[in-house]
Amino acid sequence: MSSLSSNGIAAQLEDVHKDYHMGSQVVKALAGITISFQTGSFWAILGPSGSGKSTLLNLLGCLDRPSKGRYLLSGHDVSTLDDDRLSDMRLRHLGFIFQSFNLLPQSTVEENIQLPLYYLGWNAADSAERARDLARKVGLEERLRHRPMELSGGQQQRVAIARALANNPSILLADEPTGNLDSATGKEIMGMLIDLNRQGKTIIMVTHERTLAEYASHRLYMKDGMIERIEGGDSSC
Amino acid sequence: MLSKYVREIRLGINNLLLHKLRSFLTMLGVVFGVGSVIAMLAVGEGASQEALERIRKLGSQNILISSAKSIEEESATNVRIRMSVYGLLYEDERRIAESFPSVKNTVPVKEIRKQARLGERSMELRVVGTTPKWFDLVQRPIISGRVLLPRDFEAHGNVVVLTEHGVRTLLAGENTVGQTVRLGSEYFEVIGIVQNAGSIGGDIQTPDQEIDAYIPINVARERFGDYFVKNVAGSETREKVELHQIIVEVKSVDQVEPTAAGILAMLKRFHKKEDYRVSVPLTLLRQAEATKRTFNIVLGSIAGISLLVGGIGIMNIMLASVTERTREIGIRRAIGAKKRQIVLQFLIETIVLSTTGGLIGIGIGLLIPWMITLLAGMPTVVNAYSLVLSLGISMGVGIIFGLYPAVRASNLDPIVALRHE
Repeated sequence: MSSLSSNGIAAQLEDVHKDYHMGSQVVKALAGITISFQTGSFWAILGPSGSGKSTLLNLLGCLDRPSKGRYLLSGHDVSTLDDDRLSDMRLRHLGFIFQSFNLLPQSTVEENIQLPLYYLGWNAADSAERARDLARKVGLEERLRHRPMELSGGQQQRVAIARALANNPSILLADEPTGNLDSATGKEIMGMLIDLNRQGKTIIMVTHERTLAEYASHRLYMKDGMIERIEGGDSSC
Repeated sequence: MLSKYVREIRLGINNLLLHKLRSFLTMLGVVFGVGSVIAMLAVGEGASQEALERIRKLGSQNILISSAKSIEEESATNVRIRMSVYGLLYEDERRIAESFPSVKNTVPVKEIRKQARLGERSMELRVVGTTPKWFDLVQRPIISGRVLLPRDFEAHGNVVVLTEHGVRTLLAGENTVGQTVRLGSEYFEVIGIVQNAGSIGGDIQTPDQEIDAYIPINVARERFGDYFVKNVAGSETREKVELHQIIVEVKSVDQVEPTAAGILAMLKRFHKKEDYRVSVPLTLLRQAEATKRTFNIVLGSIAGISLLVGGIGIMNIMLASVTERTREIGIRRAIGAKKRQIVLQFLIETIVLSTTGGLIGIGIGLLIPWMITLLAGMPTVVNAYSLVLSLGISMGVGIIFGLYPAVRASNLDPIVALRHE
């Protein structure tokens, strides 16, 4: 199935619109976005608040559906899928990294990393092994039994990255991943994302810090629900 | 089927254990609901089985006819009526025995309260004049000696069969059979001892009390006569009663009620006053069973209400829990949990809660009747079906009251849920 999509495009938006109805008013959050995200690229999405970058990320993350237009994720048109199928797309193709980490506070590091595997239906032994491997990858092998509250912010974000990688997603979506961290730790997390990108992972990151955006291979500037300009790369659109 | 949900159940248990006290308190509604249902049913079942057993002992093929002072005569006693004649006659027994082909046996009963004496010991007991057939109808184990036999009637002998309790009080363990006791002014030879029946309550009067002395009815008539003197509040009343009771045994159960109706019609013709009462144990049995059904419906309603309250308690806590765990739901949904997986997660938590509550409730429901029997001596019967039923109902409560919070959790928009503080 994914061989159909091996034309090198991880995600593709075709004239995507998103309207929100606030009472009688219609707010146009996205007003016609057309863009392709190459497999293995690292995108930073920038723009002032209200420019539509969060809406764009939610759409890319299959948490929402476009009002108009097409969205192809790994070759599948997901713009008209029902809730169950969208959940399935998230489960199989996407990994999320949030500003506020969003770990389950009552669960251990190990259980947090295993969460996607739980919904994928992995058995206990396999998912324990996978969780150990991922924890080793993010340098938290010794903390598997700890709870998120016992970890520093940077460590928590590393757990979140391990969790996002658990299902081996085609795209990693990051929403201000360093927003809650001091600059040194933020750099460390960015380094980790760059490493992952070098290993071939497609990453789309929303940020408002230009310095962080410099690490990305492409920069997408949003304004008023539209693409203002694109920097970097060769010529992706 | 259950193994499919092992992971979900484990997850549910883990989540519930995070808030042990809250989970426990939430469970209490179901615990007490189920516990009280089982306990109440056990007590009710015990009581009704006892009542049914008592009635059954009277014999479902029997009809009991007793003498009763008619109402007009009862109210006239304060006028200067000193002598009242009422009740069943020797003639009645003969007539019943001869006119109904469905009647198998009739047993006449005459009751006289007499002072019994042996040496210095004395007690009042009830002397029952009857025939040997009595011992066929009201079967009681013989402890020693023998019961009345036809030859005692032919011999007109002063012989008496005592109940065990009377023997213990009166004879106090002295060599019993063959002993002579005085009843009123007559001397009787003790020929046998029978076991007591449990005291018979209700409105059915059978001469089957704990302290009874059975003598041949012809002897009773000859020695004590048909006249009785009663001292009521200082004034003396004389009564003439021939028979206090007639027990009629009918050949088959389905003939009992028509025969009873026939006897009633016959008595109505031959008695000017209504100085008799006909009771049919079979009818009483049916009534008792109907009462039991009503009782069970009432208990069922109470049970339903208490389980409803328990269920509402669970729903309340689960709704609070859903709000509290909005972010968790958002995280799970973002990672790829489907709506029905969220529904299942929350539903299983409530089912685990209510089922655990149900199991603890069953424990309490077994303990309470056991203690009631132990401490108050009341019979209790725990039915297996009541255990299965209450466990089923408590699981049902979990599903019904868990469904709404669970569906609400699953319908949260993941984007909004993730932003929830």
